[in-house]
Amino acid sequence: MLSAHLPALQVVVPLVSAPVCLLLRNPRHAWAFALAVSWVTLAVAINLAVQVHASGTASYALGAWAVPWGIEYRVDMASVLMILIITTIGAIVMPYSWRSIGHEIDKKHLQLFYTCYLLFLTGLLGIVVTGDAFNLFVFLEISSLSSYVLISLGSGRRALTAALQYLVMGTIGATFILIGIGLLYMMTGTLNMADLSQRLPVNADSRTIRVAFAFVTVGVSIKLALFPLHLWLPNAYTYAPSVVSAFIAATATKTGIYILLRFFFTVFGISFSFEAMHVGEILMLLASAAILITSLVAVFQDNVKRMLAYSSIGHIGYIILGIGLATTAGVTAGMVHLFNHAIIKGSLFLAMGCIFLRLGSVELSDMHGIARQMPWTMAAFVTGGLSLIGIPLTAGFISKWYLVNAVLNVGYWPLAVLILVSSLLGLIYIWRVVETAYFQMPGYKIRKLSEAPAALLVPTWLLIGTNLYFGVNAGLVTGIAGQGAAVLIGQGVP
Amino acid sequence: MHDVMHGVLGLYNYWIVIILMMTGFYTVIARPNLVKKIIGLFIFQTSVFILFISMAKIEGGTAPIISEGARIYSNPLPHVLILTAIVVSLATTALALALVIRIREAYGTINEDDIHVQDEEA
Repeated sequence: MLSAHLPALQVVVPLVSAPVCLLLRNPRHAWAFALAVSWVTLAVAINLAVQVHASGTASYALGAWAVPWGIEYRVDMASVLMILIITTIGAIVMPYSWRSIGHEIDKKHLQLFYTCYLLFLTGLLGIVVTGDAFNLFVFLEISSLSSYVLISLGSGRRALTAALQYLVMGTIGATFILIGIGLLYMMTGTLNMADLSQRLPVNADSRTIRVAFAFVTVGVSIKLALFPLHLWLPNAYTYAPSVVSAFIAATATKTGIYILLRFFFTVFGISFSFEAMHVGEILMLLASAAILITSLVAVFQDNVKRMLAYSSIGHIGYIILGIGLATTAGVTAGMVHLFNHAIIKGSLFLAMGCIFLRLGSVELSDMHGIARQMPWTMAAFVTGGLSLIGIPLTAGFISKWYLVNAVLNVGYWPLAVLILVSSLLGLIYIWRVVETAYFQMPGYKIRKLSEAPAALLVPTWLLIGTNLYFGVNAGLVTGIAGQGAAVLIGQGVP
Repeated sequence: MHDVMHGVLGLYNYWIVIILMMTGFYTVIARPNLVKKIIGLFIFQTSVFILFISMAKIEGGTAPIISEGARIYSNPLPHVLILTAIVVSLATTALALALVIRIREAYGTINEDDIHVQDEEA
């Protein structure tokens, strides 16, 4: 009975919980409530994944309105991968948040924080679950608006300007997507994605459709911070509260990539996107530039969170590179890295949150010899860092292995060299942190520090553990990603 | 000549959309004053509302309320969509203005260039 409603519950549970959370006056209750909700959404997600795996794509007519007219929720294997990323990160970050965010913002405002967090979760899950183009825009704005608020809560006034900068760029991006969806509706008279994919080929050769494609592509590229439209990202990640950096870095841009996948493969179709519009070449060019340039820029950052932010843009480049190939292997590699990068970057930002809690800074110049005082935190950072570089036995290696294979399959060996070079650059920027933290003499201030509390270390290590587990036992992730890619490319079961 | 007239006058609402959109977009990019930037952003979004409303118009159609004698109705769906989009844009503008108030409290200015200078000094 309940299982038929899982796609709706996935979104409705956090949505309805958000205003309830606002009413809870006691911050500890608000946290416990948000924690319970994030674990329930994870449970729903796992059930939904099992259901979709067993019986194929789940379609849900919202409010029992028949599908092309009403809003459809549609969950296939590509959505399942995203749902699992979002809810897993959410469920791990929530227990961490109490000590971390409680330290960074006023206790009086905590229930507001958790309300925004739940709305953000709603928006992300909604984007992934919905099968309706306009509904996707609405959920995108729900997640974006709440993420602007979450970022602005960071300590220090630069969080405010970072949030406003993101708001301006994000709104332009979302409006571009809205224009694109409007033009599509103009030509086809439908907003349902499955319906759109049926009707678009008929008039795909019109200028309106091409313009719609361009608007959607540019709009989504801003939201997912595709180089050179990434300008909002470094500041937003650097100045946001630690928990928010970890959660947004792991989920928000990934959801943007999912929107791109949906529009390219499901709505416009692979032959229009990649053969008629040649978007694959453009994506691969921008992705290569992103991988190389941002890895170089990351090497010269003194603020570790900013360094990780630049590295994120580079890793988004890896994912986009896989997608740009438009082969099953390429899209699979992209989706594998989508998952792996989420857990890697999430754990690295959580480790930085531990340091920020004790030290009050994440500048390299303040972190001399910090590994002596905070060995567990730094060990987590190093393990995560190794995974970011792509050392064997970590999740990052699996991603790079798939990506290099996909690239070599189509004979683009210079791209494989590029991936190797940027991995070496990754080694340099991670090494800079290791060198400062392990091989420098700690100053007076550092010697007084103690290790981060277990409330922070346990979630961080949980994510690191996931990371190592999927480095050895990658079958689950690559399996789901492979099926997702097959559905998107149109070779799998519908 | 007739084609040109049709292109300019027959599609005048689309021209208004383009002019508003570019005005808004230019204001967002070029103005250092944060409040003006937000006004630009709002104009930019408004132009899209007009785009949606324009596509709902059907020649000879009346308001989409079932009545005697009416055969053709305007399409009500874009109106509904744009109501949602207006709410979204309202929320965005409100949030942006709230952020500007906080920025003004923290920096003592709402001029982007001055804020950059202060950030560089810090």
